[in-house]
Amino acid sequence: MKFGLLVSEGPYTHQASDTAYQFAVAAIAKGHEVQRVFFYHDGVYNATRLTEPPQDDRHIVNRWAALKAEHDVDLVVCVAAALRRGIKEEVLAPGFRISGLGQLVDSGIKADRMVTFGD
Amino acid sequence: MAVKKFMFVNRKAPFGTIYALESLEVVLIAATFDQDVSLVFIDDGVYELVKGQDSKAIGIKNHSRTYRALDGYDVEKLYVERESMAARGLTEDDLLVDVEVLSSAEMADLMAEQDVVLSF
Repeated sequence: MKFGLLVSEGPYTHQASDTAYQFAVAAIAKGHEVQRVFFYHDGVYNATRLTEPPQDDRHIVNRWAALKAEHDVDLVVCVAAALRRGIKEEVLAPGFRISGLGQLVDSGIKADRMVTFGD
Repeated sequence: MAVKKFMFVNRKAPFGTIYALESLEVVLIAATFDQDVSLVFIDDGVYELVKGQDSKAIGIKNHSRTYRALDGYDVEKLYVERESMAARGLTEDDLLVDVEVLSSAEMADLMAEQDVVLSF
């Protein structure tokens, strides 16, 4: 099955991003495809390479980047939501790309299931 | 391109958080993809449609006028949950657009028919 994911909360404050990541890993392990992860609202903060958690904590941003590197999962950050919150190309972590909301709708069209992770 | 049924579920008050505004932004984009788009207002989301909103004093843009422009985007299916309105002392007369009022059971049936449900 082809999944599209929407992450609408920032990392660390909310568990949404962790759950979305764990869902993606589990889906891929079962042989499903994660067609795209779209980051919206404060979810865009998942994409900043300035993120530096304490060493004994999980690194949410790098974890997403690794998912892209290992499984070629398309990580898309909403441009309007990103610019509002100071997320631009120059602070983008590897593996992420900035694009429009059309990519979320496109994901809804192409995926068999759209799963939202948020508040 | 395939046409899918997209439902946008609005659950939050118009101000206090950005969800209502950013939901509206997705709706406008989805409309340009020629999809079957509907909007649902439940819980505090019903406040998004209340007439006479004035956000000047809090310095935040009043986006409620955009709901009136939705039919210009061919977005005409707006549903409000009866129980949510009643719990907040609202009636259809308090709303700034024409909507269809559904019970929560009817709303559940409608949701079950959708291909994509995005909740904000």
